[in-house]
Amino acid sequence: MGMTMTEKILARGAGRDSVRPGDLVLAKVDFAMGHDLTIPPAGKIMREQMGAEKIWDPDRVAVTQDHFQPAKDAASATLGRLTREFSQQMGIKWYFEVGQGGICHTVLPENGLVLPGELVVGADSHSCTYGALNNFATGIGSTDLACVLALGELWFRVPETLKFVYRNRLKEWVEAKDLILYVIGQIGVDGARSKAMEHTGEALRHIDMEARLTMTNMAIEAGAKNGIMEFDEVTREYLESRAKRPYTPVTSDPDAEYEKVFEFDAEKVELGVAKPMSPDNYAPLSEVAGTKLDQIFIGSCTNSRITDLRRAAAVLENHKVAPGVRLIITPSSHQVAIQAEKEGLIRTFLAAGAAWTTATCGACLGGHMGVLGEGEVCLSTTNRNFPGRMGHPKAQVYLSNPAVAAASAVAGVITHPSEVLAKMPAEIR
Amino acid sequence: MTLPKVIRGRAWKFGANIDTDQIIPAKYAIYSLDEKELGKHAMEGVPGRETWAGGVTQGDILVGGSNFGCGSSREIAPVAIRGAGISLVVADSFARIFFRNAINMGYPILQSPQAAEAVDEGDELEVDLEEGVIRNFTKGDEYRAEPFPKFMNDLLRMGGLVPWVRQQLAERRRSAAARG
Repeated sequence: MGMTMTEKILARGAGRDSVRPGDLVLAKVDFAMGHDLTIPPAGKIMREQMGAEKIWDPDRVAVTQDHFQPAKDAASATLGRLTREFSQQMGIKWYFEVGQGGICHTVLPENGLVLPGELVVGADSHSCTYGALNNFATGIGSTDLACVLALGELWFRVPETLKFVYRNRLKEWVEAKDLILYVIGQIGVDGARSKAMEHTGEALRHIDMEARLTMTNMAIEAGAKNGIMEFDEVTREYLESRAKRPYTPVTSDPDAEYEKVFEFDAEKVELGVAKPMSPDNYAPLSEVAGTKLDQIFIGSCTNSRITDLRRAAAVLENHKVAPGVRLIITPSSHQVAIQAEKEGLIRTFLAAGAAWTTATCGACLGGHMGVLGEGEVCLSTTNRNFPGRMGHPKAQVYLSNPAVAAASAVAGVITHPSEVLAKMPAEIR
Repeated sequence: MTLPKVIRGRAWKFGANIDTDQIIPAKYAIYSLDEKELGKHAMEGVPGRETWAGGVTQGDILVGGSNFGCGSSREIAPVAIRGAGISLVVADSFARIFFRNAINMGYPILQSPQAAEAVDEGDELEVDLEEGVIRNFTKGDEYRAEPFPKFMNDLLRMGGLVPWVRQQLAERRRSAAARG
């Protein structure tokens, strides 16, 4: 019996020839990540409760200061300090200070730290992002992370795999974000609960790596354990100058077993949003066009990489943010910010009247720099819009792609980007 | 810390897809190392439950709907619920990271669609963790919980992942010493 990519990676980690869905395995981890909210509890549990003095492999751990950093208040400064001290004391090689890293899920891929065929865990639910690079990557808690840091191993239940086949190509204006919002709308926020989402098909061949990361990033919004994609020329090229270790890609066997196969015609997917207050509340853009907004946020590990910012800038070029609304743009990493500066994108944003911030998770989780008040309406390029996610429980959050967000900032209401920009230049589509 | 065999308490009822930001809004993540403080704000993000934590009696039981604890990986979600005084969470189903976190903490949870459907707020419940049976004294009903795989049960019984890791580290030290 054949195995899926996810099963093969877990079998290798567990030192077994094969595994089946439902098996509980103890598997070796290739790379682990924690940040300023999850390292302090994990470090405390590891040292004070588990009694471990050092971590299993300082070269295979990354730590980012991203959630409440630069510190939003005195208490988060303490969390930042604990994170910094733990990283220094443990000799963690991939420590990213404020102003040098950014959001974990952008920083790890752009630094070539999470690679094909690997078993990756992160103490953050969006750690599933890395799976676009043909690895098994999943989010874990702080006690889990303490276990991995101490032992280099962790228990896993081998998930059933759901296969998503995307035929044809996405239409003009329609982005990977729209596709994944549509899919989550179809299967629901628990549609892939504890399962693997394997994405494949012709449409993906035409989707670049950053947009693929947007898709696997949102696997958790369908409840999935991981999202994973095949290795191809796009993966190889992305990693060529980045990969920090040799790697071995993995493929699903032709006779691998899937719990279910979903087929979608990518060409039929419309530009869309997730309406308040759930990521599976999908609606075509036409249904919500004209909705009055208070804030537009372009940021997060989902949609604030350089390709996202290029599309936002193309829409904003020679336009102004509408009176009565505010646009906040938060690059997802320091490298993204440097590149945006080189390309003149920041000038475009500033000229349009947008607030440009340092790289941080910031407003996405209602942390700082864009927290919503009671009754406010926000269009956001982020991943999650459950009640209270971005601030007040009675704030309303719509999720969209960056071009829609930029156009909506210009109009002050939810707007199709074609109403602001005649055509998205082919080279940045 | 070992688990009690039987837990008794009054039920608090919640709906489907209660996510971690509703269980403990992210702004309280600054109290990540303070279970009591987190407990004061548990479930505060659920509309209508802003002051819920203040009404919990130590030992009460939380009954949730499907996909309970979806969203973030923050372990402060089960920590906050425990900090509020809840002795056990029963749900129709759990989101996977919440489920892992609870097991890893040695915090008892049970999956029982039957109980999630039938129990009303305020019902007096008795839960036999070993038998996986939930008795409802108010209604005179009895519900089954779905059994966990052996490894998860073992983890729960021994008090979670911490004692398990301590065992593993001790074994590694022994074998390293034996190799000299």
